[in-house]
Amino acid sequence: MAPTEKKRWLDRSENVTRLYRGLWLIGLLLFAADAVIHRHEDFSWAEWFGFYALYGFVACVALVLAAKELLRRLVMRPEDYYDR
Amino acid sequence: MIADWPVGLTLIVGGLLAAAVRGRLRDVISLATPLLTLAQLALLDHGDFARVDALGRTLVLMHVDRLSVLFGIVFAIAALLNAIYALHVHDGVQRAATPIYAGSAIGAVFAGDLLTLFAFWELTAVASVLLVWASRSERSFRAGMRYLAIQLVSGLLLLAGALAHEAGTGSLAFGYIGLAAPGGALMLAAFGIKASFPLLHNWLQDAYPEATDAGTVALSAFTTKLGIYALARAYPGTELLIWIGATMTAFPIFYAVIENDLRRVLAYSMTNQLGFMVTGVGLGSELALNGAVAHAFADILFKSLLFMSMGAVLLRAGTVKGSELGGLYKSMPWTTGFCIVGAASISAFPLFSGFVTKSMIMAAAAGGGHWAVWLVLLFASAGVFHHAGIKIPYFAFFAHDSGIRCREAPLNMLIAMGCTAALCIGIGSFPGLLYALLPHPVDYVPYTSAHVLSQLQLLVFSALAFSVLMRTGIYPPELRSTNLDSDWLYRRLLPMLLRGVGSVYAMARAALERALGSALRRLDSLAVRHHHADGILARTWTTGGMVLMVAIFLAAYLVLYYA
Repeated sequence: MAPTEKKRWLDRSENVTRLYRGLWLIGLLLFAADAVIHRHEDFSWAEWFGFYALYGFVACVALVLAAKELLRRLVMRPEDYYDR
Repeated sequence: MIADWPVGLTLIVGGLLAAAVRGRLRDVISLATPLLTLAQLALLDHGDFARVDALGRTLVLMHVDRLSVLFGIVFAIAALLNAIYALHVHDGVQRAATPIYAGSAIGAVFAGDLLTLFAFWELTAVASVLLVWASRSERSFRAGMRYLAIQLVSGLLLLAGALAHEAGTGSLAFGYIGLAAPGGALMLAAFGIKASFPLLHNWLQDAYPEATDAGTVALSAFTTKLGIYALARAYPGTELLIWIGATMTAFPIFYAVIENDLRRVLAYSMTNQLGFMVTGVGLGSELALNGAVAHAFADILFKSLLFMSMGAVLLRAGTVKGSELGGLYKSMPWTTGFCIVGAASISAFPLFSGFVTKSMIMAAAAGGGHWAVWLVLLFASAGVFHHAGIKIPYFAFFAHDSGIRCREAPLNMLIAMGCTAALCIGIGSFPGLLYALLPHPVDYVPYTSAHVLSQLQLLVFSALAFSVLMRTGIYPPELRSTNLDSDWLYRRLLPMLLRGVGSVYAMARAALERALGSALRRLDSLAVRHHHADGILARTWTTGGMVLMVAIFLAAYLVLYYA
C-alpha cells in the first residue's frame, strides 16, 4: 500500500472483528427464530430445531477439512506440473 | 413467414459480417444482431418451420415450443451481454467467433431433428475453440486442442447415436428419446460430455480458464447449457441422471476449495450448478423440470456475471490467481459490487435469482422422497456459497491487501455487469416473470417465511464456518499449484501407457531384428558355402551322375505309385 493512501474502514482489524461479531449475532438470531417460525418440511427430521444452521456449519467445516487434509495431499502438484 | 428464418442464423451472419468490418460499424452489428434475434423470438408461433430437404431426408430447422423459446431467449440475452462486455476487444477473431458460437447454440436449440442438432453441435465446438486459442499462448493452444478433441468426440457420439436411432425407429426427430431407445445410450454420452458429467467433466476446468477475459464469459453461457437443454428434451425422468447430477453437485466443490486460479474455481462451480439441473431433469416431475430449466436460465446470468467480474480483474490486475490478489475493492469498487451480486445469486440468497430457481429442484427432490439426494444437494448448496459466494469475492477483492492498484474496469464491461446484475436481482425479486416462460404451469411459491428462514440459516452459518476457519488459520491458504483431476488420465496416464506400449514395441522389434539378422547371416553363409566356385551345388556334374539321379527319381516315383 502506498504510504500516502488513506486508511480504509476495513483496514482496521478492530472493524473486521466488529463485522465478525455482527455475523455471529445475526446467526444466533436466525438460530433462535426456529422457536418462533414453524418450518413445515417434507422430512420430519428437517424440522428439528436448528437443523439448517447446524447442517450448514458442519457441512462447510467438513468440506474445508476434507479438501485441505485429504484432497490437497492427494492431487496437489507444482504449478508447472503439466509443462515439464 | 417469420419462423421460416432459422433464428440462430441472424447471429451467425452478424459474426461473419463482424469478421469483415471494423470500428463503429462492427459495434453496431454486434449489438443489433442479438436484439434482432430477441425480437424474432418474441414473435414466434409454436410448431415446426423451416423444413429443408437434404441428405434424402426432411430436416426441421425450427422446432418452436416453450422449451426451445426459453433457451433461445436466454442465449440471445447472453449474446447481447457478451457483445457489450467485449466492445473494448479489438481482436477480430473473438468479435466474430462469439456471435457465431452463440448463433450456432441457438440453432441447436431450435433443431427439430438430430442431424440439424449435430450440425450446430459441431459448429459450437469449432467456433468456441477460437475463444480459447485467442489467448494466443502455447498453453491455451494445447488446452484448446484437448477441448476441441473432446467436443468433436461428443459430436461423433451424437451422430452415431442419431443414425442408430434412425435405423432402429425410422425417426430422426429430436424429441423424447430415453435410455432404452436405439442409440439412446450413445446420445446420452454425447449430451453428458457437454453437460460435464463426472469423469467427462474436466475439459471444462481445463479449457475455460485459458480463454481470454471476454472469451470465458461467452464459453460459460452456451456449451454446457446446450447439454442441459438436450437432456431436458430427450431424457426427462431418466433415473440415472438423479445420481449423476447429485454426484456433480458434490465432488467439484472440494476441488474449488483448494484451487488457486479463480476462474478455474468458477469452472468447478459450473459443474456443481449443472449438477442441480441434471438432477432436476432426472427427477422428471413438472416441478423438477421447471426448476432445471429455470436454474439454467438463472445460471447463465449469474455465472456470466461472476466470469465478467473475474475477466475485469484479469484485464486490469493481469492475473486471477487467489495467491496474488486481494484488496482490489479499493481500485475496482463497482466490479466488487457486481461480483457480490453474482455471488449472492449463485448462493441463492433471498431476493437473488438462485433462490427462486434452485429451490424448485430441491423441493422436487424432497417431494419425491429422495432424502439422500436432498441431503447431498443441501450440502452442495452450503458448499457453493462457501467456494463461489465467499471465496471468489473474498480472495479477489478483500483478504490481505496485495498492493495491486489498478484502474476500474472499462465502461462497457461495467455496463454489461450492471445489466446482468439487474437481471439477477430482477429474477430473484420478481420470479413470476421467469416462471411465466417455463415449460409447465408453476404453482410453486418461493417466498414463504419457512423457506427464507431456512435458507438464511444455512447461508449465515456457512459464512460463520468460513469466518471461524479463517480467523483460526485452519482455512487452507491459496497456493500456486496444479491439482490433478480426470484430465490427468489423458494428459499423463495415457501418454505414459502409450510410451510404455511404444518401448515394448521397440524392444520387441529390436529382438526380432536381431533374430532375423542372425538367421539371414546364417542363410547367407550357407548359400555362399554351397554356391561359391567350389560349392557342392556350383560344381559341374558328370552326365553319368545326372542319369543316375534321374533313375533314382523314377524308381522312387514307381514305388510311390504302387504303394
